[in-house]
Amino acid sequence: MTRTLWVLAVLLSHWRRHPMQFATLVIGLVSAIALWSGVQALNQQARASYDRAAAAFGGTRTATLVSRSGGTFPQQLFVDLRRAGWPVSPVLEGRIQIDGRSFRLLGIEPVTLPAEVGDTPAIGGDLQSFVMSPGETRVAPETLTELGASEGGSLQASNDMTLPPLRLAARLTPGVLVVDIGIAQQLLKMPGQVSRLLIGKSKGPRASLESVAGDRLRLIKPDAETDLERLTDSFHLNLTAFGLLSFFVGLFIVNSAIGLAFEQRLPMLRTLRACGVSSRQLNAVLLLELVFFALVAGLAGMVVGYLIAAALLPDVAASLRGLYGAQIPGQLSLRPQWWLAGLVISVLGALLAAAASLLKAGRLSVLAAAQPQAWHQAQRRWVMLQGMAALAVFTAALGLLWFGDSLLAGFALLAAILLGAALALPLLLELVLAGGERQARGALAAWFWADSRQQLSGLSLALMALLLALSVNVGVGTMVESFRQTFVSWLDGRLAADVYINAADDAQAKAITAWLRERRDVIAILPGGRAETQFAGAPLEIFGLPDRATYRDRWPLLRSAENSWARLRQGDAAFASEQLARRSKLSIGGAIEVPTPNGDWKIRIVGIYADYGNPNAQIAVNFDALTNHFPTIPRTRIGLRANQAAVPKLMSDLREKFGLDEHSLIDQATLKAESKRIFKRTFSVTAALNAFTLAVAGIALLTSLLTLGNSRLPQLAPLWAIGITRRQLAVIELLKTMSVALVTALLALPLGLLVAWCLIAIVNVKAFGWRLPFHVFPLQLAELLAVAMAASLVAAAIPVLKLARLQPAELIKVFADER
Amino acid sequence: MTRDKEIVLSVRNLTKAYSAAGEKVSVLRGVNLIVAAGERVALTGESGSGKSTLLHLIAGLDRADGGDIDFAGTPMAGLNEAGLAALRRDRLGLVFQQFSLIPSLNVGDNLAFQSRIAGRNDVAWQTELAQRLGLAGLLDRYPEQLSGGQQQRVAIGRALAVKPLLLLADEPTGNLDETTADNVLALTRDLVARTGCSLLMVTHSNRLAATLDRHVNLSAGLIA
Repeated sequence: MTRTLWVLAVLLSHWRRHPMQFATLVIGLVSAIALWSGVQALNQQARASYDRAAAAFGGTRTATLVSRSGGTFPQQLFVDLRRAGWPVSPVLEGRIQIDGRSFRLLGIEPVTLPAEVGDTPAIGGDLQSFVMSPGETRVAPETLTELGASEGGSLQASNDMTLPPLRLAARLTPGVLVVDIGIAQQLLKMPGQVSRLLIGKSKGPRASLESVAGDRLRLIKPDAETDLERLTDSFHLNLTAFGLLSFFVGLFIVNSAIGLAFEQRLPMLRTLRACGVSSRQLNAVLLLELVFFALVAGLAGMVVGYLIAAALLPDVAASLRGLYGAQIPGQLSLRPQWWLAGLVISVLGALLAAAASLLKAGRLSVLAAAQPQAWHQAQRRWVMLQGMAALAVFTAALGLLWFGDSLLAGFALLAAILLGAALALPLLLELVLAGGERQARGALAAWFWADSRQQLSGLSLALMALLLALSVNVGVGTMVESFRQTFVSWLDGRLAADVYINAADDAQAKAITAWLRERRDVIAILPGGRAETQFAGAPLEIFGLPDRATYRDRWPLLRSAENSWARLRQGDAAFASEQLARRSKLSIGGAIEVPTPNGDWKIRIVGIYADYGNPNAQIAVNFDALTNHFPTIPRTRIGLRANQAAVPKLMSDLREKFGLDEHSLIDQATLKAESKRIFKRTFSVTAALNAFTLAVAGIALLTSLLTLGNSRLPQLAPLWAIGITRRQLAVIELLKTMSVALVTALLALPLGLLVAWCLIAIVNVKAFGWRLPFHVFPLQLAELLAVAMAASLVAAAIPVLKLARLQPAELIKVFADER
Repeated sequence: MTRDKEIVLSVRNLTKAYSAAGEKVSVLRGVNLIVAAGERVALTGESGSGKSTLLHLIAGLDRADGGDIDFAGTPMAGLNEAGLAALRRDRLGLVFQQFSLIPSLNVGDNLAFQSRIAGRNDVAWQTELAQRLGLAGLLDRYPEQLSGGQQQRVAIGRALAVKPLLLLADEPTGNLDETTADNVLALTRDLVARTGCSLLMVTHSNRLAATLDRHVNLSAGLIA
């Protein structure tokens, strides 16, 4: 044991004498773990929220009975089923407007609530006060804040009905109001109606479902994965991909630091062996040292990761809300598993990064002498091997492109392209530098290229990191910019009306419509409405389009049949959203059948439209046809076409006349600005992760150059001795670094565009169901190139300045016997 | 000469060959050598004659192709890697031409290093060594802050701190000027006498070889 500690002390003494190298190692490990664990914290937080949502009162984790038509059904069925031995509990769900904002209202019956659902903390508290008059409205803390209310206060819905006093339920999903089912039936004006029946797990004799409910109800089995989990998989996969990228870039730094330390410690290791430390013991202590560093740096990385996650959480929550309607609490709560997983991944990452050095140490011969030429040849062999591996990975990528048909295959293709490019980089750089060497005129120029080639092996990992970070930046930047441009022009078409009104109820909508008809400044009144139904076992939204020129001229259709608008008017045709068409493999001329309160509705697809940002399947039908099939849908949405100059006056009159606030009355410009703001926020997480990754790559380059700088003296000292000044040497070193960085950055541009194509044509299509047009933005590419070169300049500047200020004595040492 | 004393090292018919450019080169062709307890032997020979190879084989740093090496009655052929490491740690002292100090440890720690890992850390003896080697005022310095002669004295001190049975020195003065080499060797001889250990020293210098008890010459892979 004592011997082990002594050997450990000797190994550690190296780091004490090389603090910069130690800092590099720690920075590498911290960078690798920080973003990875931060992303995992965000994913964990989001998934816990989905679980909460799923567990709350009959989410997908509970077996349920629903109406075959997709609507509500009489409460009597609940009574009949209970009597027949079914452990069911009724739930009524609807939306309620409060201060112009829409909330999900859940009516539950706590006495019959199945134990496994009732056990959710959401119900908690005093059951009696929940069911007895005046009852309670249970809300999450976030909802209470959103409502601007306090516990005990009462709220008034837009239909003038008062909700029971508010009561906090800490673990309830945000955006949900939970009341007793009787109160919900009153508030939603659905007396005696039930949305679904939750089925408890208790076993016992029960009559068959058909004998009690006939064919009116349909059983939905519990699902291991929630709808939200399915929908948001791609978002989390995206975050994970960034975390992984940063993890590997961080490991590049660790690999570089450990590799260099190993080379520098070789004489020390040989001396230790010569002094009687066995190979096994030496390797065990090297491993111990590494694990110790990994644990300490991993812990530090996780603290940084926590801070990153806390900083990103508001944007991630906004993205998930904007893209999927998922509600994520704004406070980060971490489980012990997160800490444990972080430390394990830190140790595994460090072992992976140090594998080559540990293997070399394991095979270390006490007598091996330095063989620079052999080393150079080995390095060349290694570059060739990497080139061949790159070829194999590219072949695999082609296979994935050809045969892959899933989101995972899309991400695997991206990973293969990036990995292949990283592996091919040293070979490509070697070819470029060898070409330069052949063309070189003059001794110094020849040395410039030859020395750059020799330096390549030490820099290649950092350059790979730069290539990956930059190409991902280019790829994601191009995708986001393509999306932004498409989204903006799509918004222009989609937001056809100049003013949007959301009336409190049908009566108010009628009054508003009558009032608007009298106004000369109104060009057209466009009624709107939506209905919810099911298609292929998933929710389907049906959107009503009035037969007006406004829509016919401007509604953005991606593909359509001949006379599509005329066919829509007939009432048995629909436009399908792109994501529905892709998911259900629908094409023009295809047909779908959806349940309605008036029976099944067979609809032919006559057009496909883009519906960016909507996670749910949607079809657009003629508004009159919609109201015929769904007579009870609220007709509270109204769009207006008006003279532009008259819009402000029209809106102020509407506000004054009908008491409409900013939530129920909005003009096109404000709505567009709000949509663009949400879009920007949605991608702000991506932008932040992009910046982090590029920063880590910059650190990788800096640390590689710093560590390389120390071993460069024997190469530089002879030049200094023959009359090249230290300043000249510094300039040459700077030029060398900048030239390889420039070649790398130039290679990253086409690679980034390939990444963008993969994201747009494969990953986005599989993840979201929409395909964007591919654009190239030369200015953006130039900007990223400039950023990369600036990062390289900063990274190269420190070691170069160090070199310029190097004392001659340090250079003389190279020639001294003592060295 | 060795008849009356205990034998520390016995080398019999030792052979070793290397492959170079596809050809087999025999470096040692049946070397025989005996070193008695307390005896100081100089091993000379031309460059490439196999002096260092012989020393490396005796130190257990490399394996012979044939023949036997017995160290203090223990056949080295029977020792595995860990056994050879233990032998170097506990019973041998090694000094190289290139000093082979640990650059990240100061002089004091370098001196004590081998005895610490051997579990025989004798502070009084180390202090005496430091004083005798003229290193007492340099204990906090690092190897890079020392001259060549000073570094070699630290290397000798480290090897002797463990009080080995045999000190193996491979051209210990090869990197030093004549005066410094003489001083270092004189110190080595004194300390070897003080500890009672044996010394087998590889040197190019017949002048330095003449200062030891016995002088053997390795030529064409054989000891004459």
